[in-house]
Amino acid sequence: MSEVKKVLFTPIFNNNPIALQILGICSALAVTSSLSVSFVMAIALTMVTAFSNLFISIIRSNIPSSIRIIVQMIIIASLVIVVDQVLKAFAYEISKQLSVFVGLIITNCIVMGRAEAYAMKNGPVMSFIDGIGNGLGYSIMLIIVAFFRELLGAGKLFGVEIFTTVQNGGWYQPNGLMLLPPSAFFVIGLVIWALRAWKSDQVEEADFKIVANSKAQEAL
Amino acid sequence: MSSGNDSTKKTVLVALSLCLVCSVFVAAAAVGLKSTQQNNKDQDRKKNILAAAELLDPAMSIDASFEQIETRIINFDTGAFASESELATAGIDVASYDQKAAAKDPALSVSLNGEQDIASIKRRAKFATVYLVKQGDAIDKVILPVHGYGLWSTMYGFMALENDFSTVVGFGFYDQAETPGLGGEVDNPNWKALWKGKTVYNDQGEAVLSLAKGSVDKADPNAKYKVDGLSGATLTSRGVTNLVHYWLGNEGFGPFLANLRGEGA
Repeated sequence: MSEVKKVLFTPIFNNNPIALQILGICSALAVTSSLSVSFVMAIALTMVTAFSNLFISIIRSNIPSSIRIIVQMIIIASLVIVVDQVLKAFAYEISKQLSVFVGLIITNCIVMGRAEAYAMKNGPVMSFIDGIGNGLGYSIMLIIVAFFRELLGAGKLFGVEIFTTVQNGGWYQPNGLMLLPPSAFFVIGLVIWALRAWKSDQVEEADFKIVANSKAQEAL
Repeated sequence: MSSGNDSTKKTVLVALSLCLVCSVFVAAAAVGLKSTQQNNKDQDRKKNILAAAELLDPAMSIDASFEQIETRIINFDTGAFASESELATAGIDVASYDQKAAAKDPALSVSLNGEQDIASIKRRAKFATVYLVKQGDAIDKVILPVHGYGLWSTMYGFMALENDFSTVVGFGFYDQAETPGLGGEVDNPNWKALWKGKTVYNDQGEAVLSLAKGSVDKADPNAKYKVDGLSGATLTSRGVTNLVHYWLGNEGFGPFLANLRGEGA
């Protein structure tokens, strides 16, 4: 049981796919300008990661190593298409906003990374839980980023007005930069900083040391 | 992994059977959900037509509200409603005509040269679906489909006009992918409300309705031809102006609206 817990919860703060492994940044930049869209994206990705891990783990002992990446891709791609179709049928408004990004889950490094690193070596149940755990790790980052971007960029949360913006006769001058993708880099950077200040074992060793300034005679 | 897995025979077998299983799954999902998806799309389009004509009533179902609206096909070449024989020659069925698909079909569309193509749409269908709201036999409102290129995306929308065929009732996009919060503000209800009551044609009959830079000065005698621009979205604003000029100009619905005006007078 403790093993299950470990697999499920480690990716949330201790080994977060975005904050520590720096995977899946692309979609974290693209979809986080509003909370509701991020929320659906997070669920979609969690589903895809969990089920791709499950299916890949079930057939792992039959996958020829020469084509294993292709096999993983086919499974992931099929799942993504199914998710996309389901969204179009049952959450049409949101699927319109997510547009191409659901399809791009296929290329999300987290899904592929977990399939290759975990599902190829572990049993189906644990792989499924690992997929859920990593999906949650991704989700929590996405929601933190989207919270700040939507609040500061549009004065809203889940589309509900929190700060009345100047356009609607209020006081809040929205920060347009927060709605553009680069701002997600800043927010993710700040979250990583906060996380590493809290859990200092995540700080990587420096690759090199900066030497003291060279002295005048050395430069001659 | 056992070495047996890496034999050519096993590799081909695994690849084939996996593809087979996955394709069955994908096909099943696509086919099984198709009718729901199509229904969603239709509902969404109808909702936007109703919203543009200010007929959207939350108490009524979309299909019931839509019964107030008559769907007709017009021919851009003649600027009139397409006759039965024209529709039969082109193989068009009024209910299922898809203008977006027709614009890609060389038989049903014309290619636009650079000078004509101010809305950057490259090809224009020869026929268009228009929606009429009738008061008895007379046309009360007309709803026109418009589209054009903004900054990132082609924006598809509907514009509804009063029965003088120049005053705007409502305007809105149902499909666009402009920057959220900047160009995406074309979906802001406050901004869309600014269109109501604006005039498309000036005294010379030219389509002049445009987005202003910044807000419109109320004292300006031409204020009725101008709508506030979107701040931080110059290119989207320009795209909206262009598509209004194109679709309501001589290349688009201009002649058709002129005909309607003539009949009414």
